[in-house]
Amino acid sequence: MSVDRALEETGNWLDDRLHGARGVRVLLRKIFPDHWSFLLGEIILYSFIILLLTGTFLTLWFQPSMSQVVYHGSYIPLRGVKMSQAYASTLNISFDVRGGLLIRQIHHWAADLFMAAIFAHMIRIFFTGAYRKPREINWLIGITLLTLGMLEGLFGYSLPDDLLSGAGLRILEGVIQSIPIVGSYLAFFLFGGPFPGSVIIPRLYILHVLVFPALILALVTVHLFLMFHQKHTQMPGKGRTNENVVGAPMYPYFMAKTGAFFFFTFAALTLAATFTQINPIWLYGPYNPVAMSAGSQPDFYMGFLEGTLRVMPAWQWVFFNHTFAFNVFVPALLPLGLLFTLAAVWPFIEQWITGDRREHHINDRPRNAPTRTAIGIAAITFYGILWAEGANDIIADHLDVPLYWVTWAARVGIFVGPAIAYIITKRICLGLQRKDNHLIAHGVETGIIRQLPGGEFVEETRPVDEDHLAVLTSRVSHPALPPGETAETEVPAPGMRGAVGRVRERLYKVVTESVPMAEGDGGRTHGDGHGNGHGNGHAVEGGQESLPAGTTATRTEADLGDVDGDQH
Amino acid sequence: MSDTNPEGRPGAGDHGGTSWPEYLTGAASDGPAEQEGHVARQRVIGTPSPAQARSMLPEQGEGQPPPPELPPGPPDLDRARRAERLVVACFIIAMLAGLAFLVFYGTIGVGSITRVQHSNLALGGSMALVFLMLGIGATIWVRHLMPSVEMTEQRHPMRSTSAEREAFKKTFEDGAAASQFVKRPMVRRSLIAATVPLAVAPLFLLRDLGPLPGTSLDTTVWRKGLRLLVYGTGRPLTPAEFSSPGSIITVGPEGYLENDDDMAKAAVVIIKFRPGELVFSSGNTPVGGYTVRNWTVDNIVAYSKICTHVGCPASLYEQTTHHILCPCHQSTFDATRGAKVIFGPATRPLPQLPIGVDSQGYLIATGPFDQPVGPSFWERGGSPS
Amino acid sequence: MSWITARRRHPAAGYAVVAFVLVLIGVGYAVITSVGSASASSPTAVSSAQVAYGHQLFEEECATCHGMYAQGVTGQAPSLIGVGAAAVDFQVSTGRMPAAELGAENVRKPPRLTTAQTHAVAAYIESLGGGPAIPSAAEVSPSGANLGLGQQLFVADCAACHNFVGAGGDLTYGKFAPALTQSTPTQIYEAMLTGPEAMPVFNDLTITPQEKRDIIAYVTQVRSEPNPGGFSLGRIGPVTEGLVAFLGLLFFMVLAALWITAKHGKAHE
Repeated sequence: MSVDRALEETGNWLDDRLHGARGVRVLLRKIFPDHWSFLLGEIILYSFIILLLTGTFLTLWFQPSMSQVVYHGSYIPLRGVKMSQAYASTLNISFDVRGGLLIRQIHHWAADLFMAAIFAHMIRIFFTGAYRKPREINWLIGITLLTLGMLEGLFGYSLPDDLLSGAGLRILEGVIQSIPIVGSYLAFFLFGGPFPGSVIIPRLYILHVLVFPALILALVTVHLFLMFHQKHTQMPGKGRTNENVVGAPMYPYFMAKTGAFFFFTFAALTLAATFTQINPIWLYGPYNPVAMSAGSQPDFYMGFLEGTLRVMPAWQWVFFNHTFAFNVFVPALLPLGLLFTLAAVWPFIEQWITGDRREHHINDRPRNAPTRTAIGIAAITFYGILWAEGANDIIADHLDVPLYWVTWAARVGIFVGPAIAYIITKRICLGLQRKDNHLIAHGVETGIIRQLPGGEFVEETRPVDEDHLAVLTSRVSHPALPPGETAETEVPAPGMRGAVGRVRERLYKVVTESVPMAEGDGGRTHGDGHGNGHGNGHAVEGGQESLPAGTTATRTEADLGDVDGDQH
Repeated sequence: MSDTNPEGRPGAGDHGGTSWPEYLTGAASDGPAEQEGHVARQRVIGTPSPAQARSMLPEQGEGQPPPPELPPGPPDLDRARRAERLVVACFIIAMLAGLAFLVFYGTIGVGSITRVQHSNLALGGSMALVFLMLGIGATIWVRHLMPSVEMTEQRHPMRSTSAEREAFKKTFEDGAAASQFVKRPMVRRSLIAATVPLAVAPLFLLRDLGPLPGTSLDTTVWRKGLRLLVYGTGRPLTPAEFSSPGSIITVGPEGYLENDDDMAKAAVVIIKFRPGELVFSSGNTPVGGYTVRNWTVDNIVAYSKICTHVGCPASLYEQTTHHILCPCHQSTFDATRGAKVIFGPATRPLPQLPIGVDSQGYLIATGPFDQPVGPSFWERGGSPS
Repeated sequence: MSWITARRRHPAAGYAVVAFVLVLIGVGYAVITSVGSASASSPTAVSSAQVAYGHQLFEEECATCHGMYAQGVTGQAPSLIGVGAAAVDFQVSTGRMPAAELGAENVRKPPRLTTAQTHAVAAYIESLGGGPAIPSAAEVSPSGANLGLGQQLFVADCAACHNFVGAGGDLTYGKFAPALTQSTPTQIYEAMLTGPEAMPVFNDLTITPQEKRDIIAYVTQVRSEPNPGGFSLGRIGPVTEGLVAFLGLLFFMVLAALWITAKHGKAHE
């Protein structure tokens, strides 16, 4: 009893000062939809928290200085070797501080998991269309966080000033130097003079422990607040509409689940740090600009840029005694810049093409947005090929493929691969839609064959269960575009005029290409099944109006208005 | 997506056994629990909230959400007890592992590779166990002890109502009018003018980050007379010593081997060839990239080690193909032809250092490089300059 | 095409497709990995003092490719005159010679000749034209070596092919620098001295015997060192670390997420 009383008194004390009862209660009752893929973002959040905790520990011993010292610590093979204080202090943490190596490894694994989860989370958001209105701001924040994370990781693993990361800094300097007009100035400003200089490590240090974490923390806070304020999206299903959120309340359910997930994150990282060695800087040795190792790669999230540098042919242009080093600044800036820009503007492009300005709180199933899914897979293919090219010498060595062939495969693959991936993915999505249509129209095939009195053989089907049927029929149609140039009787609407309007119409057709949803109730009223040729892929006029009663509609009223039948 | 019934009735006694309210509050119930101190808990889970708790939501017109529910029927007490035991066991293991962590910290020292290995295993293993058990225990707790609940909350359109927008607009415009920001253009413009230098000042403050490059990128420390010393050992070499065909070694200028800033551009490799292997330029053959300049000694040629792509030291050398391969991005240079680029992203051959011998027979540079070494940059012209 | 579509529902159709694709992949892979010009063997052929036994062994094992007088056969095997006992000892004791088949590069295999036989052949070749001798045990011993200098020399001159710790690396046209995990100190010394195949030569006047010992000490020390942080993942750096991050960490987290959010028929009703 006294615990209750104590709690109550504390609560009252706070409430007297903060007026919190109502607000906190809303918070406690907040509903969180439940799906495993919604936890991907939490991986990022918890990895970040772990990075902050372990990082703080490391700062208590790390010395961000490039002054040369002679090593006399516990790692015998490097005794007597001259190295920077940064490197020596990292050796100290690894070999002379109890738990130091463990915390260092947790920190580095957490950075890797942070980035891996960002990719997974971003992919989930993209393929479910969760970036659509009202969440475009969060999408942009997310891309910014991805960029900040990449840089933060780059700076972080460069701090120990070892041979591998130092080579990365050398490459960074060479890339900056190649930028036309301002390159050499930027390089000298960043490094405080010629490479390597003596200030890059302390500068990266303050960026890594203060500036970038602050930026990331601020953006993550805004990101989470927006997610809170707008409420999380939910997967389609029974009882879930665009106007509600179905799930379990924060207190105590979601709190407990997310708490458990935090422990799992920490456990996974600790397990990795215990049993798998990461960034063994004592094996690489201290940085020296004369040395280099075969099989040098940056951490995986920089691998794409490494691949672009390797894949590029030797193009440059010398013009009036000045060099355009296309072979360097083009691969460093163009592909990633293009990819990130495309990703950033994609929600707005999609909005413009489809004319869909409604709020969307129900996630799309990827198959129900075939063009979007295909474009996403094509982008992933492009990214993946260049990512693999970043490890081309490792691939050549371990898979026994001649080195130059790997590069040539990448050179061709970055053009051919995404095109093939787009085509295949789109076809797969459309095929899955047809499969769904079959389920909606006929129910689930049971494999039981019956002969009808007339001699016809039919397969019996059983009804699709209600929850699944709700998911199958959750597809949202696109609103029609306002009439454009091709409409005969009307003046084209604004936004549909001229060449731009024609392009928009064409793109609309491509982007909204889908197999029209079938009529049916999952086999409840057509339980005896029909033979071939029933409802296979023929256009259904105004399909979305013909849902039988009893099936949960998950669309807003708005889109039942202007339906056009020719969506295929 | 859910296999629990969202419209389930609050647990009633008609299934026999413990009902949900009883299970959760630990008391027998004759309906909604009347017991003081437990009402709050039940109401949090089960009872529809008074409207004021939904202050962030629009006033409900249609569709009061159905009263939140608990799954029908009583919990299986045996299962719950088993789950409880499991959860407690997990937490106890976590506690023991945490204690083990503390003990290991105190007893396992570091200071050698093997000790660090043991320490890492012990500390990491115990810590991982703590978190794992906490996670597993918490998960079982949520999934098997807490009721499986599904509630519905209404969303509200993000768009504010027109009235709200109008009110905002009015407030904003009233304030703008009161501030006379619009009405008095000189105040406005002079304010903007005042802040422009201030906004630009941080950029200016960054000017002293580093010196201007000047001609720094154009030159290295190599000049006539500097001996070539083997990197690491600091020994000079005579051609008679560096005489095995197919040899390569990294060298640097005497007096500068310890200076990283200088070595980052001055690192050089020398390679020994057999007579006839080097393709020398002569007469009208184009120089610079396709042939070797006659700056060799005894078929020993010296090239800059700094790759002309982005500056990695390129010292992977295949003596059978006489290719210098940079391991970073696989730029490949033909050492018999003036380090001409034959594959990869590098656009320029490795600059050749003119070498000779001094009076004591040691290899020396007979001049600086004839072009900037290392990665290309804007101010660099064609090669050689 | 209609022949195939007519049989698309045949019970073995699925297996046929899978088998076909597997064959395609396998053949394609075999084609790609079999590319690589036959290596021109090390041009630094060295001979050693003759022992009759070595001569006899040479005729049995080596002459078919290298010629009856070790003069070499153009396009097949280089001359061994002047390569020295060290080169022979290296090639034969690592099993690279006698070469079974010529690919882009000869790989380490269990040696075909015993140590005594190897030394005999080496002596014979040495007798034909001189060349570097087999180093003694004292000459290759890592004890008392300067590990720090060994590390510096290794990363400046060797790691570009062999990787930081000698885990091996890739070269062009199907060649590769092998991992140094199994090389004996003598073999490491001999390799530096004679420059086998594509490897350059580091003679004793460029890298002195003491410096070679320092390098050997570094290589042997590092490769036998335990990994204090756990499994080494091959010691090839961030590539394998990245794989573990996705296939290990992220995968584990997804499993945890699936468990936490699973809707199951909990029998608490």
